[in-house]
Amino acid sequence: MAFRLKLVPDNTKIDFFRWQWLTAGISGLAMVASVIIILTMGLNFGIDFKGGTTIRAESSTEFSVAEYRDALDGLDLGDVSITEVFDPGFGPDRHVAQIRIGTTNDTGSVTPEELNRIESALRAVDPNVTFAAIESVGPKVSDELIKTALYAVGAATIGILFYIWLRFEWQFAVGAVTALVHDVLVTVGIFSLFQLRFDLTTIAALLTILGYSVNDTVVVFDRLRENLIKFKTMPLIDVMNLTVNETLSRTVMTAVTTALALAALLIWGGDVIRNFVFAMFLGVFIGAYSTVYLAKSVVLWLGVRRDWSKSEKIAKAERDELSGTPFQDTP
Amino acid sequence: MLQIPTWKRVLIIGIVLVGLLYAMPNLFYQRVETHNDAITAAERAGFETPEQAAARSLWPDWLPATLVNLGLDLRGGAHLLGEVNVEEVYASRMTALWPELRDALAAQRDVVGAVRRVPGPPDQLHVEIGNPDQMARAVEIVRGLATPVVSVSGAGTSSLDITAQGATMIVQLSEAERAATDDRTVQQSLEIVRRRVDEVGTREPTIQRQGQDRILIQVPGIGSAEELKELIGTTAKLTFNPVVGRGTDPNVQAGLGNIVVPAMEEPGVYYTLAEAPVVTGEDLTDARPSFDPNGQPAVDFRFGPQGARRFGAYTAANVGQPFAIVLDNQVISAPVIRQAIPGGNGQISGAMTVDESTQLAVLLRAGALPAEMTFLEERTIGPELGQDSIDAGTKAATIATVLVVGYIVASYGLFGAFASAAVIINVILILAIMGAMGATLTLPGIAGIVLTVGTAVDANVIIYERIREELRAGKRVVKAIDDGFNEAMSAIIDANVTTFIAALVMFFLGSGPVKGFAVTLVIGIATSVFTAIYLTRLMIVVWLERRRPASLVL
Repeated sequence: MAFRLKLVPDNTKIDFFRWQWLTAGISGLAMVASVIIILTMGLNFGIDFKGGTTIRAESSTEFSVAEYRDALDGLDLGDVSITEVFDPGFGPDRHVAQIRIGTTNDTGSVTPEELNRIESALRAVDPNVTFAAIESVGPKVSDELIKTALYAVGAATIGILFYIWLRFEWQFAVGAVTALVHDVLVTVGIFSLFQLRFDLTTIAALLTILGYSVNDTVVVFDRLRENLIKFKTMPLIDVMNLTVNETLSRTVMTAVTTALALAALLIWGGDVIRNFVFAMFLGVFIGAYSTVYLAKSVVLWLGVRRDWSKSEKIAKAERDELSGTPFQDTP
Repeated sequence: MLQIPTWKRVLIIGIVLVGLLYAMPNLFYQRVETHNDAITAAERAGFETPEQAAARSLWPDWLPATLVNLGLDLRGGAHLLGEVNVEEVYASRMTALWPELRDALAAQRDVVGAVRRVPGPPDQLHVEIGNPDQMARAVEIVRGLATPVVSVSGAGTSSLDITAQGATMIVQLSEAERAATDDRTVQQSLEIVRRRVDEVGTREPTIQRQGQDRILIQVPGIGSAEELKELIGTTAKLTFNPVVGRGTDPNVQAGLGNIVVPAMEEPGVYYTLAEAPVVTGEDLTDARPSFDPNGQPAVDFRFGPQGARRFGAYTAANVGQPFAIVLDNQVISAPVIRQAIPGGNGQISGAMTVDESTQLAVLLRAGALPAEMTFLEERTIGPELGQDSIDAGTKAATIATVLVVGYIVASYGLFGAFASAAVIINVILILAIMGAMGATLTLPGIAGIVLTVGTAVDANVIIYERIREELRAGKRVVKAIDDGFNEAMSAIIDANVTTFIAALVMFFLGSGPVKGFAVTLVIGIATSVFTAIYLTRLMIVVWLERRRPASLVL
C-alpha cells in the first residue's frame, strides 16, 4: 500500500447542516460587520482611485520617516504620508520609503516643477536617496478608474449569475452569488479594518476571488445536481450533506494547492505585490468556507424542484442509470 | 474514452513540443533580445554592421526567437496618459476662416455693408456688418463657405453653425463638425506622438488611443515620465510670421489680425506679429541639428516646393523688413531679411545646447501637435525595481511549483507526478502563447501564472477524486479511470467557464495591471484545460497500456 497524504479521510460523514444556523449566522454577521466597517472606517484608497502621487524612495543609508516628513512639510504639498516598507528580501543597506502626496490640482497629474521640488528636498536630507518609482494619477482619471472598477465587479457578478442560471436552476444561481458577494464583501471588509491599500490591483484580486469562489461552488453544485437525479427520494438536506462530503476532499485539496502557491508569493514575491497576493490569499479561505457552509444553505432555504422528470435532464439520468452501477454510498 | 487514436496522440505531443520550442528563448532572454534588436536595427538601417552581425549570431537564426514582452513594472520605463485639448483646434479653425469669410463678404460690400470682426470667445467668430437688414443675405453667403461634414454620424450636415444677433453674426463649428474635428485631432496627435517616440528609437513603445480624446503612451527603458513628457508634451508648432512691431508692453493694442508674442531669449520683449503665418512647420520637409557660423548649436531646415515658393516670394517682397520665427508662441528670433531666400533652406539659431537642438530637430521633423496635451496619469518605474520584481517573482514561482508538486505527488503518487508534469508544461505553454501573441507579462501577470499553478491542478484533482470514488465503488481500474474522466468533465467545464467570464470582464473593463492579469488568466484557463484533460489523459492511457495494472491505489 503506497503512502498517500490525505488531509480528508475517505468516506467522511460530517453533518454540515448541524450547525447551519451558527455558520450562516457567522457569515451574515461578517457581511454586516464588513459593511459597517467599510462605511465607518472607509477604505485606504491608493492613488488609482483617489488621485495623487506616490514616490518610492530607496536609500542605502538608514533614514527616519520624521526627517523625510520635515523635508516635505516645508513645501506646502497638502496631504503627505510617509511609510517605511519592510521586506525580508531587502539587504541591510536597503531602506525603502513609500511617500504619498495628495492631489494638488483638479485634473492632471503632478507637475514637473513640483516633482523637482520634492526630489531636491529629499536629496537635501538624504544624499543617497534614489527614486525607484514615481506614479501620479490626476483626479479626473481616478474618478473614472473607480467607476470602471465597480462596473467590472458588477458585470462579472451578473455574467456568472447568468451562466449558473443557464446551467443550473435559479436557486443555485442565487446561492452561488450569495457566496460570491459574501467573499468579496468580507475581503473588502478586512481591507478596511486593517486599512490596507486598496487600488487597481486589489480589484484584480477581488475579481480573481470572484472567479475562484464561483469555481469552487460550481464544482459542488455540479455534483449536487447529479446526486439530486440519482437519489430522487432522499431528503434535500441529506443529498446536500452527501454531496459536500463527497467533494470535501477536492475542496480542501484545491484550497491547499492554491494557498501553497499564494503563500510562496506572499513570502518571496516582493513587497510590490504583497497587498494583491494577500487579498487573494484571504479570498481562497473565505471562498472555501462559503462553498461548504453558505452557498448550499441558501439553496436549501430556497428549496429546489425535485421533480426533474419533466426536464431535459431526464435523458442524462437515464444515461447514468445505463452506464454502470449507481452510486451506493448512501449515508 | 481511453482509446486515443494515433493522430490525436501525435497532435497532443506536437502541441507540447511546439510550446516548448517557442517558450525556450525566454530562458536566454538577454541573448535573444540582443539578437532581435540587432535584426530590427539592421532592417531599419538597410545594412548590417559587424557589431550587429556579432549580436545576431548570439542566437541561431533557425530557432524561434519569440520573447514574452515584459511590462513596464518589470522592465522599468515610463507610462503616460495624455488628454488632447481638442477645443484648441476650434479656435484655430475660426482664425483660419476669418480671411476667407471677410473676402467673401467684402465682395458683396454694396449689399451687406462694411464688415468688421468684433471680440468674442476664441471658438466663435463674431462679425458685425454695416447693413443689419441684409443679415439674411450675409448669412447665406457665409453658409456658402461651409462644407458638408465628413463623418459617419454627421454626414450631410453643415460644418458651420451660424446665428444672427442684431447686426452681429456668430459663426462657430457645428456639433457634427466638432465631433469630426475632435476625431481628426486625436488621430493626428496619435500619429505625431508615434513619430516622435519612434525618432528616439526606443524598443517597442505602446502608443494607443483610449476613449474619445486620450492617448496612452508606454515606453520601456526610458529614464522617467518627465523625459517622455518633454518629448511629446511640446507642441512644436513652428511658424514664420511678418513682424508688425516690437516693444516691452505685453498688453499693447495689437490690432485685429495681429498677435503679441513674447521673445524667448530677451526677457520683457514682446513682438507684435501678423497672426496669419507666411509658412508653417507643416511646409518643412527636413530638419537637422547643426551649428551656426559662430559654432553655436542650431537647426537646419528645408521647405518643400510649395513652402519654398511662398517663402521665396515673401522674402523677395519684404527685403529689409524683419520676420519672426515662432515656436510654440515664443519668438525664437526675428532676423531682418537681407535678400530673397529662394532655395527654401534656412537655419534656426539661438541660445540652445546640442541636446536641445537635437530635440528641436526631432520635433520639427515629426511635425507639430495639432493641440496641446494635458497629462492625467504618469508612472515611472526604475529598471532596478523592475529587476527586483522579476527576481522575486521567479523565486516565488519556483518555490510555489516545488510546494505544489510535492503536495500533489504526496497525495496522488504516480498520478500526482503526471499532474505535476502537466502543470509545469502548462506554465511553459502560457509563456509560449504569450510570446507568440505579443502579450505583455506584468507583475500581476506573474501572480496570475502562480495562481494558475494552484488552480490548474484543480481539474486534475476533480478527475482524480472522481476516480478514487469509482474505485471505492468497486469498479475495475480501466472502467474507474474512464468514468472518472467522463463524470468530471461537466464540473471542469462549468468551473472554467465561470473563471473565464471573470477574466474576460477584467480584460475588457480593466486597465493597466488588471488587464495584464486578465491576459495571463485567460491564456492560463485555456492551457490548463488542455493539459489537464488531454495531456494527463494521454500520460495515464500510455501508462495503462504499458502496465495493464490489475489494481490501482490512488
